[in-house]
Amino acid sequence: MAQHATGNDAEHWDINITSSRRGLDINLAELWRYKDLLAMFVKKDIITVYKQTILGPIWFLIQPLFTTLIYVVIFGRMAKLSTDGVHPVLFYMGSVTLWNYFSETLNVTSKTFSENAAVFGKVYFPRLILPLSKVASGVLKLMIQLGLFLVVWLYFILVEQSITPNWHVVFFPALLLVFAAMGLGFGIIITSLTTKYRDLSFLVVFGIQLLMYATPVIYPLSLASPDKQIWLWLNPLTSLFEAFKFAFLGHGAFSFFWLGYSTVFTAVLLFFGVIIFNKVEKKFIDTV
Amino acid sequence: MSKEVVIHAENISKQYRLGQVGTGTLSHDLKRWWALARGREDPYMKVGMDNDRTQKATSEYAWALRDVNFEIYKGDTLGIIGKNGAGKSTLLKLLSRVTSPTTGQIKVKGRIASLLEVGTGFHPELTGRENIFMNGAIMGMTKKEIKGKFDEIVDFAGVELYIDTPVKRYSSGMYVRLAFGVAAHLEPEILIVDEVLAVGDAEFQKKCLGKMGDVASHGRTIIFVSHNMQAVQSLCKSTMYMKAGKVIDVGPTDKVINNYLSREVKNCLEQRWTLDVDAPGNDKIRVLSAELIPQTPDNSNIIDVNTPFEFRFEFYNGVDNANINLSLVLNTMSGVCIFNVGTPAAALSKGIHSSTLKVPGKLLNDDVYTISLYFVKDTAAMQYVIHDLLTFEVVDEQRQGAWFGKWVGAVRPTLDFSLK
Repeated sequence: MAQHATGNDAEHWDINITSSRRGLDINLAELWRYKDLLAMFVKKDIITVYKQTILGPIWFLIQPLFTTLIYVVIFGRMAKLSTDGVHPVLFYMGSVTLWNYFSETLNVTSKTFSENAAVFGKVYFPRLILPLSKVASGVLKLMIQLGLFLVVWLYFILVEQSITPNWHVVFFPALLLVFAAMGLGFGIIITSLTTKYRDLSFLVVFGIQLLMYATPVIYPLSLASPDKQIWLWLNPLTSLFEAFKFAFLGHGAFSFFWLGYSTVFTAVLLFFGVIIFNKVEKKFIDTV
Repeated sequence: MSKEVVIHAENISKQYRLGQVGTGTLSHDLKRWWALARGREDPYMKVGMDNDRTQKATSEYAWALRDVNFEIYKGDTLGIIGKNGAGKSTLLKLLSRVTSPTTGQIKVKGRIASLLEVGTGFHPELTGRENIFMNGAIMGMTKKEIKGKFDEIVDFAGVELYIDTPVKRYSSGMYVRLAFGVAAHLEPEILIVDEVLAVGDAEFQKKCLGKMGDVASHGRTIIFVSHNMQAVQSLCKSTMYMKAGKVIDVGPTDKVINNYLSREVKNCLEQRWTLDVDAPGNDKIRVLSAELIPQTPDNSNIIDVNTPFEFRFEFYNGVDNANINLSLVLNTMSGVCIFNVGTPAAALSKGIHSSTLKVPGKLLNDDVYTISLYFVKDTAAMQYVIHDLLTFEVVDEQRQGAWFGKWVGAVRPTLDFSLK
């Protein structure tokens, strides 16, 4: 008959399935073991988008191209918003590309639990793999779109000679990392909060749109009067967009102080995001 | 050497909320949160009803599992049986870490792979090849492991020609074969299987069972949930019988299955009445007793397809010197008439008489049956009819071979069928 295991508590158990999990208990080793799954998810995201299309991955370029054209017409020609002297095509293409990455990352990761309930309900793998894969496949799409931006950018540097980029472009990978982490942080918090009560998810699309207007995406920071700029700086996205524009377009403001603020903000956001995600992932399937 | 425990479950319970999530649940959540914030107990942990799906809800909470304890040893093949709602699937979900228990804990040694469904994560747009890698990765295999098994999987599924075609163009059979192929080539220490064998044709079922048998013989642990007693019997050394969220019995498969059948099969094998008190009938005929006696070596009440049995009836004849014959109709519970047999007519005196019908083994198929008895006078006038006099289930035998699908046919006779 079964002898009780109370006497041998020192025994090693690989998995302990209980009702509660304390704090920041993420199993990094396990996450690493599932890296191939992450790669598969990324591959799936990329190739399923353009299966059975003729233009294939070119579709990734058409979207920012058209958005740029629309912005040039609406915000540039009709609303006559300033672009700080930068050619509107270049100005909008840069910010649109970057904004799309952030908003898509946030939007997609904020649906992690609700959209993958079918898979999550049948098999276990570290749930964090899924939002991470969305971040990664987003980076791949961004790279394609960034390629287009760089072509336009080089044209303006070499042919038009209208902009002067500077050495701050070396910070771009770091900027991208903060963008990704912030999108992920917001996304996993939202998905965790909406498994049981979905009210918040109605606000997401609307909120992202609102956030764009609260960030110097389609207008330069200099459009605001100097005493009002502080309010824009408090938005952690502002310093990132400004730094990007400063490095590539030679306009905008590069502030290490506010970049530090954004980084700390993102780190805290991600920290709490992971804690709440971890807590929710254990039982969400009962209520989603 | 003492056997090593690989799964140890302590007092696990799982509570589900009935009804919809809405403002009502919010108020419960707030009360729960308030109680926990003050260091009190969760006020909803004590309430809740047993998970009897046929009953009307008396509480907003139901316990799908309640204080379940068990241990599974390394290399064991454990079957889990029980009616719908017994908590089998909930238990599998907990073991697969899809959700977590409300209370208690399960400790596990080694890697678990669960097959709650075949083809989890299959994407219709991806090709067979891509889906093998996708599905394998979801099940926890690394790319290297999948590459090593790739040819075997394709071979097992028999889809070599279509390997670079999107699976949305696959026939459902090919799809299932490919999906099971990936799962069957996982090499976890513990494999959890939920009735995936219900799919596919006989040949494929044979393949699947064979593969699972292989896995078990390599010292890995298998947990297998099924409604199919035969599959459980052939695959599992020990079995756990669950009912309404509780474990009723654990032990050697044969013993547990017998226990399950004798408790769950709703047989009505005996009816007795007293004349002039409650005996059904009329002035001409009163039925006094009806009985089904299985001719089993161990006197158990379980009738399988090989068991011969006997019906015995006693009745009171109220009309002197009546020319009576009895006619018996055997129907399945779903209303299909299997046969109608009659006794020769006999001139009966007023008083108590009895009648016997012997039914040989190897005649009836596995099903639930009910009988109706007709009392006929002069082979024409109906004296009395009683329906649903007895109800009994004939269960399947322990089959040889590897096919466990439902045996078709109204009857299941053994005939002289030879092959040279």
